[in-house]
This record gives sequence, structure tokens and C-alpha cells, in this order.
Amino acid sequence: MQPTSHNFPENARGGLADPVLQTALGMARTGFPYRRQQAVARLPEFEALRDQAKDIKNHTLAHLDYYLELYERNVIAAGGQVHWAQTAEDARRAILNICRSVGAKVVTKGKSMVAEEIALNDYLENNGITPVETDLGEYIIQLRHEPPSHIIAPAIHLMKEQVAETFRGAHGHLDPARPLDEAQALCEEARTILRPHFLAADVGITGGNFLVAETGSSIIVTNEGNGDLTQTLPRVHIVISSIEKVVPTLEDTATLLRLLARSATGQEFSSYTTISTGPRRPGDHDGPEQYHVVLLDNGRSELLGGEFQDMLRCLRCSACLNHCPVYAAVGGHAYGWVYPGPMGAVLTPALVGLHEAGHLPNASTFCGRCESVCPVKIPLPKMMRHWREREFASKLSPKTYRSGLGAWAWVAARPGLYHTLAEIGGRMLGWAGKSRGRFRSLPLAAGWTGVRDMPAPQGRSFHSLWAEQQKRRGAA
Amino acid sequence: MAEPARVALFVTCLVDLFRPTVGFAAVELLQRAGCAVEVPRAQTCCGQPAYNSGDRADAKVIARQVIEAFAEFDYVVAPSGSCAGMIKVHYPELFADEPEMLAQVEDLSARTHELISFLVDVRGMAAVSANFEHSVTYHDSCSSLRELGVREQPRQLLQSVTGLALRELPRAEVCCGFGGTFCVKYPEISDKMVGDKAAEIAATGADAILAGDMGCLLNIAGKLSRIGARTEARHVAEVLAGMASDVPAIGKARV
Repeated sequence: MQPTSHNFPENARGGLADPVLQTALGMARTGFPYRRQQAVARLPEFEALRDQAKDIKNHTLAHLDYYLELYERNVIAAGGQVHWAQTAEDARRAILNICRSVGAKVVTKGKSMVAEEIALNDYLENNGITPVETDLGEYIIQLRHEPPSHIIAPAIHLMKEQVAETFRGAHGHLDPARPLDEAQALCEEARTILRPHFLAADVGITGGNFLVAETGSSIIVTNEGNGDLTQTLPRVHIVISSIEKVVPTLEDTATLLRLLARSATGQEFSSYTTISTGPRRPGDHDGPEQYHVVLLDNGRSELLGGEFQDMLRCLRCSACLNHCPVYAAVGGHAYGWVYPGPMGAVLTPALVGLHEAGHLPNASTFCGRCESVCPVKIPLPKMMRHWREREFASKLSPKTYRSGLGAWAWVAARPGLYHTLAEIGGRMLGWAGKSRGRFRSLPLAAGWTGVRDMPAPQGRSFHSLWAEQQKRRGAA
Repeated sequence: MAEPARVALFVTCLVDLFRPTVGFAAVELLQRAGCAVEVPRAQTCCGQPAYNSGDRADAKVIARQVIEAFAEFDYVVAPSGSCAGMIKVHYPELFADEPEMLAQVEDLSARTHELISFLVDVRGMAAVSANFEHSVTYHDSCSSLRELGVREQPRQLLQSVTGLALRELPRAEVCCGFGGTFCVKYPEISDKMVGDKAAEIAATGADAILAGDMGCLLNIAGKLSRIGARTEARHVAEVLAGMASDVPAIGKARV
């Protein structure tokens, strides 16, 4: 998709003014943190696991070339194929070639953020192949031609009324008298539509939460079971994943899995954790005839060894989104590309450029709640600050802002002048605000007083009062 | 008797300009905790606005000034988690590329504390003698809570204030939407955050909202005032030092 991250302030205003979105976000901002907290409270070793998980990912990233090659060897040994994709275009083409090689007309898809990243659906459609999203949330937004607004709950911006409306618009057979006001009825309707697709699809495409180097396995973590049907029923299974998802061993993966669902939804484990190793073997009852892994780089290897390497630890659990007050205010679409919230604010500039996505790392109060819940302890605020440093160094931030900051810093480096100005400013504002104690508007401060009052200073600076007090004491 | 601890007060720019009472309350509390308090004149700001705007060079200039001005004290104490966190947590990161500065920076970091946690954790203060006949609720500033681990200390001291009833604020750990320059760069988002916060504060029915950071307090007081809520906003140090009756609440006129 074409990013609109440069338009973040405008996008955010749209989100703030959208009553459906605000209702949905109001539920999510308490629900997710509450459930995570409950799950964490039931696992005394949760904090220790976070450290272990961080170590596992750091170790893997430090030896990424080794583990990726080991992974590839073991995929091949299990009868599968690995397709290395340096760019999104490489990945799209690899997938299309596989689809064409088996004459695929319809492909089913499990939920995959990497597929969103490479805009796979549009590409397949433009090449005459019909992709059918089978994750309920993804299916809903596919019908609505919308991007996901959350990395694990793609349709979280909608309430069930919008879903019912969408189904009535898209499913021509629906009896207008049939009630669709319960979530259960919506699920049943989606299930009725999707079942035949699972059986008819020529190719099933899933993501990969983990790629296990020692076994060449890919792992998906889902709650609906759609991923399993997507990858076991068609003749061909394609895994689209990215290079940083590789993990050395199944044992390591188990450690990460203990954190993933707890951090994401507050479940101890997702309903389905499915391990796939190669295609169907002789004697297997089911499974695909071909097993392909498309491994995307798309700029990730550029982050290795630099100040953004820690971002590659990300498990895509969404805890940072779920605890972010900015995300909770504006929703995921405001971020203007595939990855929203704090992880998106760090990753998006790396993948689409700081020029496009410069707002995202700026739109944070650095409240630190994201880092405090990250299962692999990614220092998200610190990395957002690194983006601000790059923006400042390359003079991408607004000129007025930079010159204002420069003037302030110049004064702040001169304590004598600073104290004089603080005393004058304090006295003037204190005098002007004396009768009401606050200002409803102030020149040059519309950003503040447009939405809240500015409390008036007491009228004298602390330093001048202190100096006077010390002088009196000295004289006495 | 041993020499009293020499404590330098890091006033913070917002206390200096907006609410000197908080500075005097800090001095009072520190003296009650047996400290000899000094206020180095060569201080202005901790440099956080530059640091968080990506301007490391200016942040360093200001940080060097702080490092020098506060070099010779046993402790450096700030009535703010944000500024204390900047010195304690972020200065070492800021100078990570200057190994010759690191020893000095880490020494300063180890000596620097947020006021209330310093009183309780370092000076062993368990109670204050103060009177405040009001119900209050408390907002944890993000930097105090998550950078410095301050949570129980202010509540512990508030429990000892005569007449004070503490009502916990739901979602007290969620940011108020101040965020330094964030609040004017993204005013609509900040408004949503502080609007929710102000509504939750008003819904507790408490007479006053207390916090340990002037940034949050100016933001919250400004929003409470804009929506016409009657809740007063005050820095926790004013209440603990028994100075609340000396001055009107933040954003209120003297009657």
C-alpha cells in the first residue's frame, strides 16, 4: 500500500473524530492491558522469561547468517524450498511464480503482516489470482478494502454493526431478515462463506511467527484454526515470513511462545500453535505436496549492527500498541502504513524512509509504557529518539521548530541571562494572569491554549526569591 | 553528630518559572530530613527538550553545565521524576560515546534522586507532619513510575498527612498527554489524552489531584480548568511540606 504516514496529523484528526473508532478503542485500551496483566500475574517467572527471550533473540541476530543458512538447509532436507527475497517485489514475484507453476486461480491466506507489508493481495489480484483472507478480521477488512489497523486484531477499528453491514453488502445471498447482531451469527456467516474456499484453493499462504533453524520448521500461532486449514488443505503451502523470525531451536521457540500470547491477548497459549516441517511425507494422511518459504529482507539486514538492531527482536505481539496512549487515541490507520503504534513508529521509518514516516517517532510522549510491556524488552522510546536525532541532523524537522529550540538552548546555556529572563517572564505572566490564575489564550501558545488553559505563574522565579532569602539570612 | 548530607536542589525550569512554592516545599522537606540544602546558581534546565528533539549537541552543552554545577554535592534532588530521570537515566546514554566523561556522568547519576523517593528511600522518612483536610487522588508521572520506579513512596507519605484521604485514580499509570513538546506539536492527540485523564480525575470526586511533576500538573490543571471541573491540582511536595494553604492551587487565582 502507498504510505500516508507523512499525513499523520491529518490522519490522526480523522481518527479522533470517528465515533465508531473511538468506541472500539475505548474497549481495547482497557481490555488488552487488563488481560495481559492477569496472565502475567499468574506466571511468576514472566520477568525472567523476558530476559531469556531477549537473550535468545540477541544471540540469533548476532549470528543471523549462520541460523538462516542452517534453517534453509533443514527446510530443504525436509523436502521444502526457500526463496530469498531482498525486496518486496522479489517476494511478490516469487509467490506469483509458485502460484503460476501450479496454475492457481484461488489462494487462501492466513493472517500475515509480511503479506501486508509487500501488498500481496493487490499484486495477486492484478495478476489474475484471487486471494481470500481466512482470518475473520482480515476477511472483514478485505471486503471493505481497508488495511489492518492493528497487527493481531486487524479489524479492531470496527464494531459488530459495521461488520454486519459489510457482510450484507458483500454476501448477495443474505436474507435481509436474518439477524446479524450477535458476534456468533457473524462468525457463522463468515464460516459458511469461507469453508468452500478452503477446499477449492490451489495454494494456501500463511505467515510464520517463528522459523526454527534446527528443524527447518515454520510455526504459526492462531486462534481461529483458519491457518491450519489454509496450510494443510491446498496442494501447495507458501510461508511468507521475514529473516528476523528465525530462532535457533524448538526449545528457544517454546520460551518465546510462553511470552507471546500472554503479551498479546492475555491467553496462556493461543488456541492453535501449528508447526510445519516440509510437505506431506509418504504415509502422511494430509498436508501439502509442496512447501515453500519466501524469506523477506526488505531493509531489515540494514538494521543489523546499527542503533535499530534491537527492533529486529520484535515478536509482533502487539503489547506495545495495546498499551500506547497515542495508539489508543488515534487508532492504527492514522500511522499510514502497515505497522502502527510504537513498534510501527520505529519500524516504518526504516522500511519506507524517514522522509515519509518522520511524524511517527515524533508522535510519542515517551511515556515508556510500550517498553515496560515488551516481551523482548525493545527500548522503543530510545529508538524513536534515535529517529528524531537523524531527523534533526538531516534538518527534516520544521525550521521554526529547530530555530526556536536553538534559541532556547542558547539561553539555557547562559544561566545569568536565563535567570533574568525567567524572572521577567514570570513577573509579566504572573501579573497578567493574576486575576484569574490562568490564561484561556496566549500569543504563540495556540498549541497549548487551543485545548486547555495555561496556568499563570506565581509571579516570581524561584531563583530570584531564593537569592533574596539568602541575602536576608546573610544580613541577619 | 555526623555532618548533615549536603544536598543540591535541582529546581527544574517549570518550578522556577511557574511555581516557586514547590521549590521552597522541597527545601523544607529536605531540611526536615536532616539535609543541608544548597541551590547552585549555575543551573537552568536539564536539557531534556533538546535531547528529546534529537538535538544531542545542545543537550550535551546543557548537561555539561549541570554536571559541573552539581559536582561537589552528596546528593542532587529534583522535585520532578522527569528531570531527575533525565540526569539519572539519560545522561549516561547521552555521553555513551564519550568514555572520558562517563565516570563523571555515572557518579552524578548515582547521586541524583527524585524528591519523594529520596526522602523515603535514602533518608528513611516514614511520615510527615502536615495537615490537609481534603480527599486527594494521585497521578503517577511516567518518568517517576517507569524510569525511576517511584510509586509507593508518595502514597506512603500522603497517608501520614492529617485529614487527607487518598482515593486511587483508575489508570493512574497512563500518560496524561503532556510529553514536553509533544503537547504542542500534536495538540489534538494530547487533548484526547488529557481530556480522558481530567474526566477520570473528576470522576473520583476527590478535591485535589496531586502529582510529582510540574509538566503533568500544568497540563492536567489546564484541562480541568478548561472543562470547568472543580478539582484542584497541586504538587505533592506542597501538601507534604504543609504549604498548600499558603498559595492557591495551580491555575487558580488568589481569593
